[in-house]
Amino acid sequence: MSAPVLSVRGLITEFETREGSVRAVNNVSFDLAPGEVLGLVGESGSGKTITGFSIMGLVEEPGVIRGGEVLLNDENVLALPEPKLRALRGDRIAMIFQDPMMTLNPVLRIDTQMIETILAHRKLSKAEAREMATEALALVGIPSPAERLRAYPHELSGGMRQRVVIAIALMLEPDLIIADEPTTALDVTIQSQILFEMQKLMASRQTAMIWITHDLTVVAGLAQKVAVMYAGKIVEYGLVDDLLDRPAHPYTQGLMQSIPSNTSRGNRLTQIPGMTPSLLKLPKGCAFAPRCAYASEACKVAPEETAIGETRRVRCHHALGGVS
Amino acid sequence: MVADTPLKRFIADYVSSPLAVIAAIGMALVILAAAFAEFVAPQNPYDLMTVNILDGSLEPGETGFDGFYYWLGSDEQGRDMYSAMIYGLRISLVVSVIAVTSAVFIGLTMGMIAAWKGGWVESLIMRIVDIQLSFPALFVALLLLAILGKGIDKVIIALILIQWAYFARAVRGAALVEIRKDYVMAARCAALSPHRILFRHVMPNCLPPVIVIATVQIANAIAIEAALSFLGVGVPITEPSLGLLIANGFDYLLSGRYWISFYPGVALLITLVLINLVGDHLRDILNPRMNK
Amino acid sequence: MLAYLIRRFGQAILVMSVMATIVFFGLYMVGNPVDLLINPEDDLLAQEAAIRRLGLDKPVHIQFFHFLGGLVQGDLGTSFVHNTPALELILSRLPATLELAFLGVFFALVIGIPLGMYAGLYPKSPVSRTIMAGSVIGFSTPNFWQGLMLIMLFAVFWRILPAGGRGETVDVLGIPVSFLTWDGLSHLFLPALNVAIYKISLVIRLTRAGTAEIGLQDYVKYARARGLSEWRVINVHILKNILIPVVTVVGLELGNVIAFAVVTETVFAWPGIGKLLIDSIGLLDRPVVVAYLMLTVFMFVMINLVVDIIYSLLDPRIRVKRRA
Ligand SMILES: Nc1ncnc2c1ncn2[C@@H]1O[C@H](COP(=O)(O)OP(=O)(O)OP(=O)(O)O)[C@@H](O)[C@H]1O
Ligand SMILES: [Mg+2]
Repeated sequence: MSAPVLSVRGLITEFETREGSVRAVNNVSFDLAPGEVLGLVGESGSGKTITGFSIMGLVEEPGVIRGGEVLLNDENVLALPEPKLRALRGDRIAMIFQDPMMTLNPVLRIDTQMIETILAHRKLSKAEAREMATEALALVGIPSPAERLRAYPHELSGGMRQRVVIAIALMLEPDLIIADEPTTALDVTIQSQILFEMQKLMASRQTAMIWITHDLTVVAGLAQKVAVMYAGKIVEYGLVDDLLDRPAHPYTQGLMQSIPSNTSRGNRLTQIPGMTPSLLKLPKGCAFAPRCAYASEACKVAPEETAIGETRRVRCHHALGGVS
Repeated sequence: MVADTPLKRFIADYVSSPLAVIAAIGMALVILAAAFAEFVAPQNPYDLMTVNILDGSLEPGETGFDGFYYWLGSDEQGRDMYSAMIYGLRISLVVSVIAVTSAVFIGLTMGMIAAWKGGWVESLIMRIVDIQLSFPALFVALLLLAILGKGIDKVIIALILIQWAYFARAVRGAALVEIRKDYVMAARCAALSPHRILFRHVMPNCLPPVIVIATVQIANAIAIEAALSFLGVGVPITEPSLGLLIANGFDYLLSGRYWISFYPGVALLITLVLINLVGDHLRDILNPRMNK
Repeated sequence: MLAYLIRRFGQAILVMSVMATIVFFGLYMVGNPVDLLINPEDDLLAQEAAIRRLGLDKPVHIQFFHFLGGLVQGDLGTSFVHNTPALELILSRLPATLELAFLGVFFALVIGIPLGMYAGLYPKSPVSRTIMAGSVIGFSTPNFWQGLMLIMLFAVFWRILPAGGRGETVDVLGIPVSFLTWDGLSHLFLPALNVAIYKISLVIRLTRAGTAEIGLQDYVKYARARGLSEWRVINVHILKNILIPVVTVVGLELGNVIAFAVVTETVFAWPGIGKLLIDSIGLLDRPVVVAYLMLTVFMFVMINLVVDIIYSLLDPRIRVKRRA
């Protein structure tokens, strides 16, 4: 295995709210090799987006990164002074936001927003930057890119806007792209189209990627590794085929059973009972225990992360090796 | 929380801000001082028997010939500034309270008519409101006073004509919310008397915004009245409000006798700040309830 | 866009006619028109001749058309006191008022926007709290008293600026202006500041609220995630979105400033149209009062119109909505 581009170690991010402090990212660790895609999966509010922001050192008030390391090419991003961190953002690490409709500034034209990104990181003339932006738009399949550049965001459809944002992410050939559910806001055909194109580009450029999603089926087709998040913690982590074939954590199992194609016809779709817990009132011990069919006395103590096999890790007292 | 009556909950909400409580107490003191000016003021500045012309233009803290202590100084005629301010405050408050009360009444009526009738009645009323509110209040006041002439009653009429529009607009908005609810629709279909619905259900719903706006408009009315009086088109010289006191002091300002217009201005400023603080807090606590 | 312009123009003409009607029936009908339009110092014969000349013996509707006819031709009567056409008199005083109003609004924007943005970006800092407390006081202080206090401090106690008057002027394109001479500028400074203080508070409040709201938008975070400098995030991405509401309100305020200039001009003996109005009311020079009212109404309507158009140019979203 090649040296990892990204190595996250024990990342902890908290929000100081009026009701108390909330640990949105709790001791998260994983590695990513060049060209590798990690699927980060979990329910709404499990801390996926905040993990992404933390990796970029972009946690805003009232959030604070409390601990851990984010090693990008062996350099701890979190220890960098702000100017160096800023130089990384958008250049070495790019992020694609969750909602394409809200991501681009409505009062600035597309060219302004693309060119300013290039000029923030490259010593180029405006004309050269414009050239580069045009190429980037063409690359993500936007027809007549020179014309689109002069548009305002609201003049483009949601799919177009997301392509623009993807183009901006790819433009400077980063080492890592964090894609936060980049396709969920789009309709299914455009979704798979964009997915397919991105996959091609990433593979050809050896760009590592964290793909954040609710959707395990997307992960299956795209990622090499999966991390399943629950209430701020990675509860299960491993290679994609391995993990999806034999989910060890009851929560992963639950997620799999709620995918329509995974259950044979006639069987009812099973939902995970209960609701995502509020991070303010997490139960003692395992956070998933109240919703878990296997919960026992042991679960009153939070399970440590245990390795099963060479690449698998799971946090559960009742890890179900091989039961499906 | 024990939310027994709306009033108790309102009071509980209100006291949650110490600053607003202080402002409310301050406002109460100002109102009391104005109401009982005869007892609070050491001198009746409009009683020629008590005013001594020999005590004219004394600096703050000086003592007059008969031993009267002028802690805020005296004006040219020898009136005690402190007393003149309290009497002036009374005139300012009376003018604005009468004006705002009447404006509330007219605005509430027009707003509810607009919301209830709909159609061209609503369009007409709201168009008048829109046009009127597109001009600055002081401008409308000057226009009206140019037509009506000078005098305390004219000032009040001008203030009412300026302010009703704010209430009408807010009341219509609040009333529409309530009128669109199912039970009102049902009652209207059953041809029930509109009075009951309007007064029992629609009007209470309009009161929170009206209270908030009324507080702010009292401050505005005081400020507009003061400006008009300063410009010489407001209250007559025989009934000097705070604004007129300031105007009178203007002539002496350049010769360094600052206190004749400085202290009435401070009184005006304090009054306005207190009312605005109360108004801001009322808006904060009444708004969420409006959205509920 | 053209259809929109035509519609807005129609509205403006309607408002003008309504106001003309109100002024006509207010000033001509409520009072005795003879008192209003005829110099009471003329002898009886001359008065009767004037009544006939002005058509005051005709029925009301004829008189009304007469008034409207004069209005359209720009004939608003003749000043009793100055014996010049009222409109001419007002137009000769207008540059002084406009100079004051524009400088006041300029002060308000260049002082108010930076302070408001600071308060919005760092709401908890003591500096921001001071700014906001100052704006509450600026909001509550009566304009004319502020003017008196400025005179007291700068002209009476410190003796560094003149207390009133316009000072030396220079003709630019035949229009006298103060701001090009040192003496004129020193006379202009206090009145302009007096005009500005209230507006500064307003601009601070608007800008702070806008900054706080826009700072939370995804596109601002995205701008940071692309590695843009904080300077660019604030002064391009946030500022450009704030300018729209602030320009609208301040543009509308220009009419307000011209109306409130009545107060400032009276305090500082500034020879603009506001002072002319107050003097004319005092001297019962009604034709000038009527002319002032009609002209100001016209100005308000025009300002509203222009602001609407600027607004639609500034915000591309509105432009499209209207085009559609
Ligand atoms: N500004 C904030 N203040 C307080 N808590 C916050 C804040 N932002 C996020 N959180 C907390 O962090 C948790 C994780 O949020 P995050 O946005 O990472 O969820 P997510 O997994 O991306 O969910 P989704 O799938 O809905 O996007 C939330 O449950 C919330 O409690
Ligand atoms: Mg998210």
